[in-house]
Order: sequence, then C-alpha cells, then structure tokens
Amino acid sequence: MNSLKKIFDRDTWQEIFGSIQKNKVRTAITIVGVLWGIFIYIALSGSAKGLDNGFERQFQKVAMNSMFVWAQSTSIPYDGFKIGREPDLKLQDVEILRNRIPQIKYIVPRNSRGSFGGGEPANIVRNNNSGNYAIYGDFPEFRKIATQDIYDGGRFINEEDIKNNRKVCVIGERTASDLFEPDENPVGKYVRIDNIFFKVVGVLFFRQGSPFDSDSDVFIPFTTFQNLYNTGNYVGWLNIAAYDDADVVQVEQDVKQMLKRIHRVSPKDDRAFGSFNLGEIFNAIMGFAEGMTFLSLVVGIATIIAGIIGIGNILLISVKERTKELGVRRALGATPGEVRVQIILESVFLTIVAGILGIILGAFVLAGINAYTIDMTDFPYTNPTVPIYFVLGALFIMVSLGTLIGLIPAQRAISIKPIEALREE
Amino acid sequence: MIKIENLHKSYKMGNNTLHVLKGIDFKVDQGELVAIMGSSGSGKSTLLNIVGMLDLLDEGQYTLDDVIIKDLDETKAARYRNKFLGFVFQSFNLINYKTALENVSLPLYYQGIKRKERQEIALSYLEKVGLKEWATHLPSELSGGQKQRVAIARAMAARPKVLLADEPTGALDTTTSFEVMDLIQKINEEGKTILVVTHEEDIAKMCKRIVRLKDGVIVEDKNVEQVLASKYV
Repeated sequence: MNSLKKIFDRDTWQEIFGSIQKNKVRTAITIVGVLWGIFIYIALSGSAKGLDNGFERQFQKVAMNSMFVWAQSTSIPYDGFKIGREPDLKLQDVEILRNRIPQIKYIVPRNSRGSFGGGEPANIVRNNNSGNYAIYGDFPEFRKIATQDIYDGGRFINEEDIKNNRKVCVIGERTASDLFEPDENPVGKYVRIDNIFFKVVGVLFFRQGSPFDSDSDVFIPFTTFQNLYNTGNYVGWLNIAAYDDADVVQVEQDVKQMLKRIHRVSPKDDRAFGSFNLGEIFNAIMGFAEGMTFLSLVVGIATIIAGIIGIGNILLISVKERTKELGVRRALGATPGEVRVQIILESVFLTIVAGILGIILGAFVLAGINAYTIDMTDFPYTNPTVPIYFVLGALFIMVSLGTLIGLIPAQRAISIKPIEALREE
Repeated sequence: MIKIENLHKSYKMGNNTLHVLKGIDFKVDQGELVAIMGSSGSGKSTLLNIVGMLDLLDEGQYTLDDVIIKDLDETKAARYRNKFLGFVFQSFNLINYKTALENVSLPLYYQGIKRKERQEIALSYLEKVGLKEWATHLPSELSGGQKQRVAIARAMAARPKVLLADEPTGALDTTTSFEVMDLIQKINEEGKTILVVTHEEDIAKMCKRIVRLKDGVIVEDKNVEQVLASKYV
C-alpha cells in the first residue's frame, strides 16, 4: 500500500522532523503530556509489582498453599454418638489422608504443649538458667511445609532421630539466648526438658510462619514427644501442604470430609474439625496485590489516554496554524492522502518518542525506589519491575490511539480547501 | 494549451448567489504570456483558481493540454496540479521552516522523485533564478524579490505545462517587480506558457497579450507589443 511505503520512506520522516522541529514549544508540551502519562503508568504498575513481589518474599518461607487441621467437638449427634464428642486425630489418619487425597503434597502430624493444642509448656533447665517454653513434637518433613532455617553448625530433627527416639532438640533463638551465655554455642550442649536430658542439635532462626509461632519454641522428635508425654498415637493437629496447582480451599474441604468419615462424624457437622488455611489468606493478600496492579493499570492507561488526547488537541491547533502551509503543499501537488499520512505520522511519532522517554524515566524512578528500599526487609517491596507485555501493550495502545487521535486533525487538515487555505492571510 | 468554453462560476453567500464568472470563452496557446487584468471583484482570481484547479467550475468545459478537466476530486486535482501547473503567489507562500532548496524541491517530493535527484534539479532551478548561493537560507533570510524568485524556481522545478502567477509583483517594489518580470519573460522565451493575474498596467504591458475582465465577462482580449523588463533593470 502507498501509505505503508511512506512510513519507511526517509523523505516522509524528513518532512515530519521538519514540521516537528519548527514547532519546538508545541512539540515539548505535547511530549510532556504523554510522557507524564506513561511515566505514571510505568511507575505505578512497577510499584504494584514491587508490592506483589514484596508480599511474595514475605511469604516465601511458608508453603503458600498450606493449612492446619485439628479436631474440636461434634455439634451433631451421628451414628449412635451423642453431641459434644471430641474425636482425636490419630497417626494412622495421616496415611489415609495421604492415600485418599491426591492433591496433598505433604502432610505432617504435629504435637505440642504450651502452645496450640494446650498442655503445660515444658520446663527447660540449663545450669542455673531455666524457663518454660512451648514444645513441639515434629517429623523432619515439617521443614518442607514451613521452611526452618537453622543457624550454622546445627540441624533440624532427622529420620534417625525419629527412628531411635533420640533425645535431641532444636531450640529457638530466644531460648538459646535465655539459657546459654552469649559467646556460647548451644549445639552439642545438653539441656533438661521436664527433667530429661536432651542434646541441642540446632538453633532455629526465627521467622513468623503462623500466628502461633514464637522465637522460643523448642522442637523434639515426634516419637520422643510420644514417649515423654505419653501421647500414644494422638496427633495435636495436621500440617498439610497441597500441590501448587491444587485448589487449597477444596483440599481443605476434602480433608475435613475424610476425617469426618474416619472418625464417624456427621458429614454435615462443620464444627467437629477446625482448620486454618494459610493459602486462603495468602490468596486474599495476593488478591489485594493483584487489585493494586489492576488499579495501576487502569490509572496509568487513563493518564496515557489523557496525554494522547492532549496530543490530538495540540495537533488540531497546529493544523489551524499551518492551514496556509498545508494549502501550499496541496497547491504544489500533495494529495489529501499524503497530507493525512503526514499529520497522523506526526501524531504517532510524537506519541512514541514521548512514550519511550516516559518509559525510561519511569524505569529510572523505579530503580531509585528499589535502591532506597532494598535494605528495608520489613517493607513488602521487592524488585519493582514492569512485565514486558505491559510495556508493549502500553506502546500498542499509544500507537493505535495516537493514530486515531491524529485522524481528527488530519481530517481537519484535508477538509480545508487549498484555495481557502491560500486566501487566508 | 488552455481552452475554456462557456465558463460559469457562482458563489453562494448566505441567501444570495454571487455570479462571478458569466460565460468565459478563452484560449491560450503554447508559449503565450498572458496578463489577466481587471479591478477587484472582476473575477480574475476566480478564473485563475479554476485554471489552477484550486476551484471547481459550475458550468462549461476546461481543457488543459488536450485533457478535459472534469470530475475533479481532491486527489485527482492534486495530481494534475503537480503534473501540469506551477503556482506563483503574491505572498510567495514559501514554507518558512524550509530552506530555499527544500522549498524548491517540495513539488518534486510530491512527484515521488528520489532525494538526490530532487536536490540536483532544485539546485539547477535555483541557479537559473540566480540564487544558488542562497540555497541553504531560510525564507526569513531572503528579501522579497529573492523570495519570489525562489517561488518561481519552485513553480518551475516540477516542469509544469503552464505557470500561473497571481499578482506575482503585488508585494514588491517597482525595481524588484521588474526583476521578477524579467525572470518571467525569460522563462516565457524558453517556451513556457504563462498566465499572470495583475492589476498593474506596466506589469501587464510586459506580457504578450492582455485579457481584461469586468463583472465576470471578458471585455477586451488583445495582443500587445511586449515591453522588455530588462530595460528597467
């Protein structure tokens, strides 16, 4: 097509540069309008992405599709049992759930005292120091669900500990500082937990995973916990992580439904088993971040549109100013089509230049914010980036709107008859 | 070269219709230098605009170089103008952000001639009007006479069949006017057909034929003894 050929013609661009250079102030003002729009767009959507990344970073140590499930008391009489029965979760439930619900990636039974699940906290003594701390009986897989970072030189509970009922423990960092001297490495030392000696094998770096976690928690092997507190097959609660592509809410329903069957609880009994779904909360927060992204897109694109309308406006005025010039061009043999292509290309060119400048400026500002917040670990803002398809999308919108808006002054330009244009003094 | 038969043109002004051209019959041969004279409102500019395809006729027939000019849409008119006609205006109408050379090469640009060739042609025409050294200057750096010579070079560059000049000396002082007329006469000597609209008698006398319009009709059409402008320069 003729007009397509024109776009790649050096002469066309020379004409456009000529007219743009001539109107420096107009060009500058026009560019600022769109530049500001795309700058806002880039800065906002980048920040939203930064917020998104920030939340993700804060949650990265927790399996984001995990949940706790525990037993409460029945609220509906069923199968010959009366209301108010308190079913106990058992170790064998774990295998059944794992086998029956394929969406489960990890399922870990836990017991505790002094925290979630009740009981007295453990009394822990070391030399002349002592204190009461929440104590947990855990399997090694627990680390798969809630990543536990252990200070150098230490480890978490392992399979051998479980198999041999070893009297080993992992202590929280506050427990370590309560019981040990500041320059002392607790690993390899012994503490007395409820009058039994345990060897400390690791100190836990504290990171809040669930609301019940504390920096003083003490972890011992699940089997050792069974023996120490005589809990048998009793399980305090289950930590369950679903596969990434599974619907966590559905998995939660399935697990509870299965537990009701195992424990002969009415399928309609909603109170027999309690649960806390981190995935759901995580989804809500990520939904908020997505909402922010969406909002920034809407605001950004609206600002871009405002800027482009500004371009159209200024080009319309400039067409009026250039009536005579356009008339001369027409008298010299410019067809309406050629005039139209020129005005539209001016519009598109200004839009693109402004857009690219705005993208660069926005990127600089994002880099600046990133440099400023990089040390603020508590602030959920990490690596603010704008996905390339956002940028390309914005450029596409700008080019198409620039063309459309350029049509208005272009139409105006060719609606002026050359004779009228020349008559105008 | 130009043949006009029974040309009528009227303008609507509100409820009134202004009948500007009332049946013009008019013929110009190859190589003529014709002055179209008349007081303001006589229709001379309208006639030139119709000949220049800047305006449409209401009635009659217009033939240019054996091509009947009819059913003109803007695109077709632009092509014809570019191919057949060169314009010289009273107010020069140079594009003020383009250099003399760029102004002269503009019609060639619309003819689709390549840049390098365009510049060569434009430069040769600038040389012809004696402004080769001013090629890179902007119109604002040129005097009135120089501007008009650039405009003539621009009109000539497209190698038109007919050169149309609308009051080419209207904005110039006497000496400069004669310089411009001298140039026009020289171009005419090379065989170019030229129409000059003017209301100045001395300018008209420098043409070979004078056509007088009054109230939309031709009242006089005579060949004259041409006064050479070079005598006054």
